[in-house]
Amino acid sequence: MKNWPLWEVFIRSKQGLNHIHAGSLHAADAEMAIENARDVYTRRNEGISIWVVESKYIHASNPEDQGAFFDPANNKVYRHPTFYELPEQLKHM
Amino acid sequence: MKETNIEDQFQAKIDAEIKIEPKDWMPDTYRKTLIRQIAQHAHSEIVGMLPEANWITRAPTLRRKAALLAKIQDEGGHGLYLYSAVETLGVERDELLDELHSGKAKYSSIFNYPTLTWADMGTIGWLVDGAAIMNQIPLCRCSYGPYSRAMIRICKEESFHQRQGYELLLTMMKGTDAQKRMVQDAMNRWWWPAISMFGPNDADSPHTAQSMKWKIKRFTNDELRQKFVDVTVEQAKILGITVPDPDLKWNEERGHYDFGQINWDEFWEVVKGDGPCNRERLAARKNAWDEGAWVREAASAYADKKSKRQKTAAA
Ligand SMILES: [Fe+2]
Ligand SMILES: [Fe+2]
Repeated sequence: MKNWPLWEVFIRSKQGLNHIHAGSLHAADAEMAIENARDVYTRRNEGISIWVVESKYIHASNPEDQGAFFDPANNKVYRHPTFYELPEQLKHM
Repeated sequence: MKETNIEDQFQAKIDAEIKIEPKDWMPDTYRKTLIRQIAQHAHSEIVGMLPEANWITRAPTLRRKAALLAKIQDEGGHGLYLYSAVETLGVERDELLDELHSGKAKYSSIFNYPTLTWADMGTIGWLVDGAAIMNQIPLCRCSYGPYSRAMIRICKEESFHQRQGYELLLTMMKGTDAQKRMVQDAMNRWWWPAISMFGPNDADSPHTAQSMKWKIKRFTNDELRQKFVDVTVEQAKILGITVPDPDLKWNEERGHYDFGQINWDEFWEVVKGDGPCNRERLAARKNAWDEGAWVREAASAYADKKSKRQKTAAA
């Protein structure tokens, strides 16, 4: 028989924080994936909320294009506050 | 980047301590080495549950039973983190399990020894998990991202495994003479298999150099074994038991303990499948897999039915 589908697991460690990718696991359906994720990834209170998504639904950028793909952000230093030259005596900015 | 070949670029990333992620280019042998090593590691975690499971129903107190259960459950979890890490390299879970069941894939030979007394539960936590920790801490910095992340989770959990084992032994050493003898007997049986866990001597470990160059490994087998012996001998003194090695002695000049030669014939015999419990362990794994087939199938059938029902309801 085929493997159960693969799921990616995302965990919110505490209220106010993002869900962060924790790993993956196999489960027959979403409900089982959430229960298994609880047992596999939160045995020591690592989470208060779990998201699961079947791995086949994740679309990713291509690591081979990484350079060209992220390049538009490379030469835009003016997007950073330190780019602007302001007098020393200026406060609260 | 200058025009260099892809293999040099790969090595340059490794040298710069940049992690390799699943979809990055990697040499075929790097991938194969990792698949073999991580799978072997995953198998060791789940086969390692068996010798300890032997004592769950006979734990002397509820506190010990809860700790043992929690430890064994962790080992199952470790297996799952690691199987997920291997799968990122393009192998399927059931292929990995097939290789375990057919005997093609190996697991740590330590788990082919029997657990004869309750003191074995303490000794395994202290020595076997202790040796595993020594091995695993440098693996947290392994060049392959998913393996390194799995190892970080695992190492966080391992510390309690070793401490509960050592505490168990300390308690027994405060008990009757019979209990103290039981601890020493467990030490006598587990010491040599435990220090064999680091694998063959460096001179007989032909792949070490490449694995170190790729930063899969950070220390050689003999370096890790020496570290383990040095810290563990002191821990044995606190327990008040003897290390079963007549050649063990502090070497002032080296700043390390000298110790005797491992019986490598026995080691290879166990690796090749002829240890005291190899057959029993594999049979238990296969049995769990085969007897669980109907559960896996039923869960799939139920999931199918549910999703069809949702589709009709939505239509
Ligand atoms: Fe483990
Ligand atoms: Fe452990």
